Parts: sequence; C-alpha cells; structure tokens
Amino acid sequence: MKRDRTPQTLVLILAAILAVGPFAPQWTVFLLTVALAKGLVVLGLMILLRCGLVSFGQALYYCIGAYAAGMLGRLFQVSGVFTLMLAGMVAAGVAGFVFGFLLARYRSIFFGLLSLAISMILYGLLVKTEALGSSDGFNLLPSTLAGIRPADAWVRYMVLAVAAAVAFVAALLVHRYLKTPLGRLAPAIKDNEIRVEYMGASARHAIHVKYVIAAALAGLGGALAATTVGHIDPEMAYWTTSGEFIFITILAGTGNVIAPFLGALIFGIIQTVAFDISPNTWQMVLGSSLLVVILFLPNGLWSLFTRRKAS
Amino acid sequence: MAAILDAQGLHKNFGAVTAASDINAAIERDSVVGLIGTNGAGKTTFINMITGYLKPDRGRIHYEGRDITELAPREITRLGICRSFQIPQLYASLTAFENMMAGIGVVLRNAGLGGFFSRGEPLVPGHNLPADQVAERILERFGLSEYRDRNAQVLPGGVRKLLDIALTMVAKPKILLLDEPTSGVSSEEKFTMMEMIMKAVRAEGATVLFVEHDMEVVSRFAERVLAFYDGRVIADAPPAVALEDPEVKRFVVGGELHRLDEAQAKHRA
Repeated sequence: MKRDRTPQTLVLILAAILAVGPFAPQWTVFLLTVALAKGLVVLGLMILLRCGLVSFGQALYYCIGAYAAGMLGRLFQVSGVFTLMLAGMVAAGVAGFVFGFLLARYRSIFFGLLSLAISMILYGLLVKTEALGSSDGFNLLPSTLAGIRPADAWVRYMVLAVAAAVAFVAALLVHRYLKTPLGRLAPAIKDNEIRVEYMGASARHAIHVKYVIAAALAGLGGALAATTVGHIDPEMAYWTTSGEFIFITILAGTGNVIAPFLGALIFGIIQTVAFDISPNTWQMVLGSSLLVVILFLPNGLWSLFTRRKAS
Repeated sequence: MAAILDAQGLHKNFGAVTAASDINAAIERDSVVGLIGTNGAGKTTFINMITGYLKPDRGRIHYEGRDITELAPREITRLGICRSFQIPQLYASLTAFENMMAGIGVVLRNAGLGGFFSRGEPLVPGHNLPADQVAERILERFGLSEYRDRNAQVLPGGVRKLLDIALTMVAKPKILLLDEPTSGVSSEEKFTMMEMIMKAVRAEGATVLFVEHDMEVVSRFAERVLAFYDGRVIADAPPAVALEDPEVKRFVVGGELHRLDEAQAKHRA
C-alpha cells in the first residue's frame, strides 16, 4: 500500500511558512495569507465535489464568517484573531446546518443554483442594510493576538502565522475525515445513491454533514480574509466570489487536502501577475490558464504530483 | 417452524393496476426460496415491499418478530435484509475492490467503528477481519479476484452481476433477496454461476429468496417455490410439487415457454 505522507508534508509546509514569513516582502505575505483563507473555503468545496456536488454559493458562508468576525469587533470590541475566526466558523456552521436541511435534498444543477440563490439573498440584504455600511461595508478593528497588538511591521506576519496554523489544523482534520467510512462514502454517493441506501447508509445525512463541514470551513476562511484585509463588504457574498472558489477548486483538483491551498496560491499569483501585465484584460489570462489546466490536467494541478508518484 | 420473515396480506395498487393482492408468505430461517412468475406477476413488487422501497397499501411484514413494514430501505438493510438488483447497482467509477470497501465502510459506520476519533484499524463486525481482508475474501469467493482493480463500469455483464451480489455480502445479511441473479447470462453458464453464488452465500449462512425464470435452475436450487401470477401467490410448495401444479403450468411455466417461443420466432424472422 502507498505510504501516506500528507501529515509530514503539511508539517514541512507550516514550518517553511513560519520560517520564511519574517523575511518575505509584505506583498507576498499578504498574498499567501489570502491564499490560505481562500484555500480553507476550497477545502470545503472539495469535500462536496468529491460526492459530485458543486456549490455555486459558497460565498454565502465566506461572507457570514467575515461579517460575524466584523460584527464581533463592531459591537463588542473583540479583536483577538482566534476568537474572530471561531466566531466566523461557528456562525457559518450553524447557517450551513439550517440550510443543509433544504440543500441536502437536491443534487446537481438544482443544488448549485439553490445555493447560489441563497447567497444572493444575503448579498441583497447586506447591500440594503445601512447599519452595516450598505455596499461600502465597514473596517475591522486592528486585530490582536492574546490581547497584544504587535508592532506594525509584524502585524501581517502575525496574521499569516495564525492563518498557517489554522489551515494546518483544518487540513489535518479534513485529511483524517476523508479516511473515515463517512468520508470515503463520497465517491459512492456520487456514483450510485440507490446502492448507498441499500447498503444501509443515508446519502442525505452524509451530504448534510459534509455541507456543514464545508460551510464551517468557508466561515473560517471568511473571518480570516476579513482580518487580513481589515475590511468587509457585501461583495464577499456576490456570485463572482463563489465563482472564484469554484475556479480554484477545478484548478486544484480533489486529490489531496494540500491541493486547495496550492490552487488558491497559484490563483493568487496568476491574478496578481496578470493584473500587473494587463490591467484591463487580466481576466482573460486567468480564464486561459484554467482552460489549459482543464485541457491538460483534467484532474487539476494536484495530478502533477500523483502522476509523478505513479511513474 | 420459526419463520424469519412473515408477510401477511400484502396489497399494492399502482393506480388501476394491482401489483400485489393478498400476498402471504412465511419464509423459514436458512431456507432457499425461488420466486417464479411471468413479468409483471408481482415478484419484484414483493421484493420491493420487503426491502422498504415500496410501502404496501395493506398488510404487514414481520422480520424476526418485528414489524418492518414502515421502515426505510436503509433501516431494513441494517437489520440484515439485503438485496441485489436485476440491473446491477454498482459504484461505476470505482474498482471492484473499492466497491467492496465502500460497502464495508457503511457496515463499519453503522457499527460505530472506524470513526473520526477511533484509533487503529477496526475489525469488520461479523467477519472479524480488517476491511481490506474482508473485501479480498468475498471477491475471491465470487471468483472476482482477477477483476479486483478494474473499474466497475468496464466489467463484463456477468461479472457485474456477481459483484452486485458480492456487495450485499459485506453486511453479513440474514436474508438475501436476489432479483434475477442469472439474467443476461447464457443458459450454459447459469448453473455454474448459481452454483458459485449459492456456495458463497450459504457459506455465510443466509436465508435466500431468488427470482428466476429458468425452471431447471429453480428446481435445482430452490427448496421451496412461490409462484406469482397477476399479483397473487398461486402456489407455495417444494419445486417438484409447485412446478407440476396445473395453475402454475398454465400461467407461469407455460407463460415462460410461450415467451421462449415468441423470442425464437422473432429470432427466426
């Protein structure tokens, strides 16, 4: 049997990020932190995609997570990064649990469009809510760690370190989850739900659980993105944001829990470089690169690694 | 006699069509029962009602003394009543081995084993072996070892049928319902295939109900025959008696011959 080196690889990546972080230019630290935040959302989408479900509305939970973190600061002056992330994760997880009762009944395009519809309702509500800054959103309090506000030069590194640690734990937990019977059921649900039912399992229940996990991860990512950027607005729930997450999911592939983070980082790099070269047509560069990946690596970027291992 | 499964007065209508009308059947533990009848006679409806896919309009089904009439298919499966399908229901994109592992995963999960917080590799209940060994062993029993690493969707028809039945064995069923296990297999191969299936299934000690159109196969493997016609059970006896019953001869066996004639005529034309 193939040895599973994912946990060791994750430790190495975490160590590398923590070690290189202090010396890296500010813009790369920012890029990496945002990639980690988006990678968390994509990690959840990956869990859903493994059982054949594409959520076109994951920005809903991303936005809920961000606003939960933002409101905690606005209403109660809470600024601890871990508290904010926990709040984002719990808020999104609870919302996912509630909407899950509805969405776990639907499959394929109906699942996708229904999730899109719910996310656009939140967008519409936020745009009309003046108390939360309408379409402008609002700024977050400067974040602190254990009640301490580090020197300005170190703030970004602090958020990066926290992001890396949180992503590390999330990736490890999801990795373990994918190996449990419920986690392994995903491709079976994708292939044949009748059989799943006649083997004695409930596909709907399994999907509900996966949906809540994905929502909680998206909320975590949203809270993290909010702390990193320091500003939130309804755009976070807009359908283009959901589209971006799907884009990264397809780019990354569902082969391994590291893939979403790698995909998010490469997405960030392509986006930054493309914007730098051609500010007016950067979307074209992004679109073309996805086209290339779909044509040559139909199972996503991660297949580059598995392919090498197989040969 | 201890009936493991007891169906009383089952009745099912689909609109104006009566698919089951006052079906009574008490199945004894460890018996092998053949279900015969022409297409539309009510065999599959009977299986679908027992496995919870269809709810009877009237009547009750008891399993080991417990009323299972209102339970969902997955709950009935968990109690030990498993079924195979006329058209194999497999996980098409997974290999034969992975198909087995997916099934074993459900068994583990239902037993509360191998979960997120458990440590070490659990033993599959009923088999007392680790999951991969259970999968290998069942595949071997069904002569499927050579197909272990091939995707279910590219397997030949007969192999798919065997894998479909092998999948039901992971849960150590107490009652196994086989819906036309040898359909789509040539008449020469039917006997070898049934031989293998019955040997593998009986090794696990399950009560078997199987639907079959070939009367030679029925008389060879069934200890008892339930003959269906027009939603009713018209005969319930050992094969030697049931197959000689005038009503069965006229409506079931005759019907089969008639169908055969028709098929041959079509073939000639």
